[in-house]
Amino acid sequence: MWIEFILRRLLQAAPVLLVVALITFLLIHAAPGGPFDEEKSAPPEVLKQLNERYKLDQPIHLQFYDYLKNALRGDLGPSFKYPGRSVNEIIAAGFPVTLELGCYALLFALLIGVGGGVIAALRPNTWQDYGPMSLAALGICLPAYVLGPLLALLFGIWLEWLPVAGWGLTPGDKILPSVTLGSVYAAYLARLSRGGMIETLSRDFIRTARAKGLPERIIILRHAMRVGLLPVASFLGPALAGLLTGSFAVETIFQIPGLGRYFVQGAFNRDYTLILGTTLLFATLIILFNLMADLLLAWLDPKARLETLARAGKP
Amino acid sequence: MIFYKLGAASPVRWLKASGAALAALLAVASCSADYESNVARGNRQQILHLGNGDEPQELDPHIITGNIEFKLCLALYEGLLDRHPETLQLVPAVAESWQESDDGKTYLFQLREGARWSNGDPVTAHDFVFSWRRALMPALGNNYAYMLHYIKNAEAFHRGAIADFAQVGAAALDDRTLRVELENPTPFFLQLLALPVYFPVHPPTIEKFGAPDERGTRWTRPGNHVGNGPFKLEEWTLNRRIVVEKNPGYWDAAAIKLNGIVFYPVQNAATEERMFRARQLHVTNSVPVDKIARYRKERPEVLRIFPYFSTYYYIFNTSAPPLDQRKVRQALALSIDRQQLVDKVTKGGELPAFSFTPPDVNGYRAQAKISYDAPRARALLAEAGYPEGQGFPNLELMYNTSEGHRRIAIAAQQMWKRNLNINVTLLNQDWKVYLSKRNSKDYQLARAGWVGDYLDPNTFLELFVSTGGNNDTGWGDSRYDALLARAAATAGATERHGLLQEAEAILMDELPVMPLYTYVSKSLVAPEVRGWHPNILDLHPYKGVFLAAAEER
Repeated sequence: MWIEFILRRLLQAAPVLLVVALITFLLIHAAPGGPFDEEKSAPPEVLKQLNERYKLDQPIHLQFYDYLKNALRGDLGPSFKYPGRSVNEIIAAGFPVTLELGCYALLFALLIGVGGGVIAALRPNTWQDYGPMSLAALGICLPAYVLGPLLALLFGIWLEWLPVAGWGLTPGDKILPSVTLGSVYAAYLARLSRGGMIETLSRDFIRTARAKGLPERIIILRHAMRVGLLPVASFLGPALAGLLTGSFAVETIFQIPGLGRYFVQGAFNRDYTLILGTTLLFATLIILFNLMADLLLAWLDPKARLETLARAGKP
Repeated sequence: MIFYKLGAASPVRWLKASGAALAALLAVASCSADYESNVARGNRQQILHLGNGDEPQELDPHIITGNIEFKLCLALYEGLLDRHPETLQLVPAVAESWQESDDGKTYLFQLREGARWSNGDPVTAHDFVFSWRRALMPALGNNYAYMLHYIKNAEAFHRGAIADFAQVGAAALDDRTLRVELENPTPFFLQLLALPVYFPVHPPTIEKFGAPDERGTRWTRPGNHVGNGPFKLEEWTLNRRIVVEKNPGYWDAAAIKLNGIVFYPVQNAATEERMFRARQLHVTNSVPVDKIARYRKERPEVLRIFPYFSTYYYIFNTSAPPLDQRKVRQALALSIDRQQLVDKVTKGGELPAFSFTPPDVNGYRAQAKISYDAPRARALLAEAGYPEGQGFPNLELMYNTSEGHRRIAIAAQQMWKRNLNINVTLLNQDWKVYLSKRNSKDYQLARAGWVGDYLDPNTFLELFVSTGGNNDTGWGDSRYDALLARAAATAGATERHGLLQEAEAILMDELPVMPLYTYVSKSLVAPEVRGWHPNILDLHPYKGVFLAAAEER
């Protein structure tokens, strides 16, 4: 049943990806200017050769067909801006970095966010609540391009504890970017888990558990958190997708060789293949993460399990 | 309430746990606190850590066009001639001597016997012929190939009109003698030889990884790459760094003082400045505008600002009214207070530009200059039929996305409103849209910038010949074209400069473009760095650069 559910979801993903590819392809080709428009313009004879070389002289539907054919074989084509690099190579170099950064950021967000949120929920309307929640409000308001330079200034330049830039070049250089990227999500997670926990702690099954005389530790960790953190679990999929696609600012601030730069600049450079490749990659990931979040939610919550299967057409 | 009391230990435990986690994080952080900074380690090892602006497109001298790539190629390759790091005078490099014919159209170069590729092969005249042929092959898509068009028949070969390279004026008479024939006597030809597009590539390496005109083969990767420069390629990790090491086989290896250079593709100027302050970089590629005043005050010794061989200007689309009227263009140009623009808006030490060529180009000085003269601008506008700006149509000024361009455009907009009582709206476009609108003349007014390629006014003035591929103004003047053509065929510097001054006078009267300011190069240079001289090309050959030990400072 579950295998079928997963397969069904994956099959549904194929047309979604096709539409994503088509829309991206049409939009990028419709944008004025091409990959070989430069300030010092090349003579028409040279441009003609370049267009032939990259098959830009062919009708657009043929170009799209060619692209799809190669993409299905796993070849995302050559980059226009970086003639010596294929899109596969750029993704292979940048994506692991972005993924690693995203995972650290998510870990940080979970540790701080869920921790803070649960503490706040246990002591509502006390300083243990106001403290983390005020920080969370601040965290949501502070965008990465403010927080990042601030942290770099504080820990990098004034305290001289951590490098201000780089990724894997100097020990400790992964800490500040992970914290910067994770903090907004930590703030969201704190609010989500506080809300979920407060609601859960007032429910009947918790009262029953307490009446049975279970230790408070067990009640919270085993009974309350499993239900109270459901909103957190359903937020994880979109959060990870957001962490991966939204790392551009952090990558720029901390000089991290991730994929974010190409995702954004591919469009500015009219690097058709690069923007298509990164968009398709991220679309695939978002579909996968949402599927994983659904599965996690179904595992945690029997009610959601039924709904999930019902939506998949299997009551 | 009683339940919460029972659970009182739990939040405390949570707090303790989070506290412990935070402490652990800080412990890791403080452990790395005694890491040696790049600068300290670099000083010890004679390795220069350099901010280089962006990830290079390529390391192939016949593909690249940008300054970022130029700076890398300067380490990895060497042309026939090189520039002195301080005076920018041409010095022998692969060529140890050369003769120019009396008519200035033929050059004979004697190549240095000791010149070697990084794999030990000798650098020969045949390598140069192979390289220049490659640079001109149309399929390679070399955007800079026009710099080779001064060589006889090179343009025809580049455009595919002739297929036989033997007809092109570059021939190896033997391994160490290269003969170059030009279309015209070109007084600045020797300067071109120091540009990457004239650099040699190693033929066997090129052919090992593909056809000579194949774009983007793997020959420039570490392990594959063979060059003839003072440094050789050790590492190129995408978007992370490029490491080059001293090339012991280089003919002048004794003069190289650095053991290596690490180039970081730092795009963000603020990040770069933080890296400099945290001693992760010796030299930066730029300085954030908002930090300049502070560095001027607090650390003037590391701030380097120097005029740059580049002009910031606005171009007029002269093919449609009202900008087809010379007097309107003059009125617009004369009503801009350039001094105020650089003092109050750009604030980076830029120089107000009153001519199109930068001040003092290798002995050339523009004679005709525009000025700030609001009353005369008003009079000119009235003569053109718009007294006090009445009836003047709304103009649109296009610029490509950048905070700096926006601020300048707003300042210009206000000056035009105040001085001429005319309305100009601003149009922000992304770079590629901007380029395509400019090329198709779908604009009225647009911002532009030009960096000279070689130290000669020609690199600026030839932009506006009526057939120029980069002349997007729609303006053309046969007198101007004739003067430039005559200058191109004139050998004597004084006479030539006179002709070019005359041409520039036409340009500054017709004003298809209005210069605004001369750019400056801005960088932060750590006090340990020696042999890093400011110059108008912002060119820093690495051969003589070294890092002084702490006690020598």
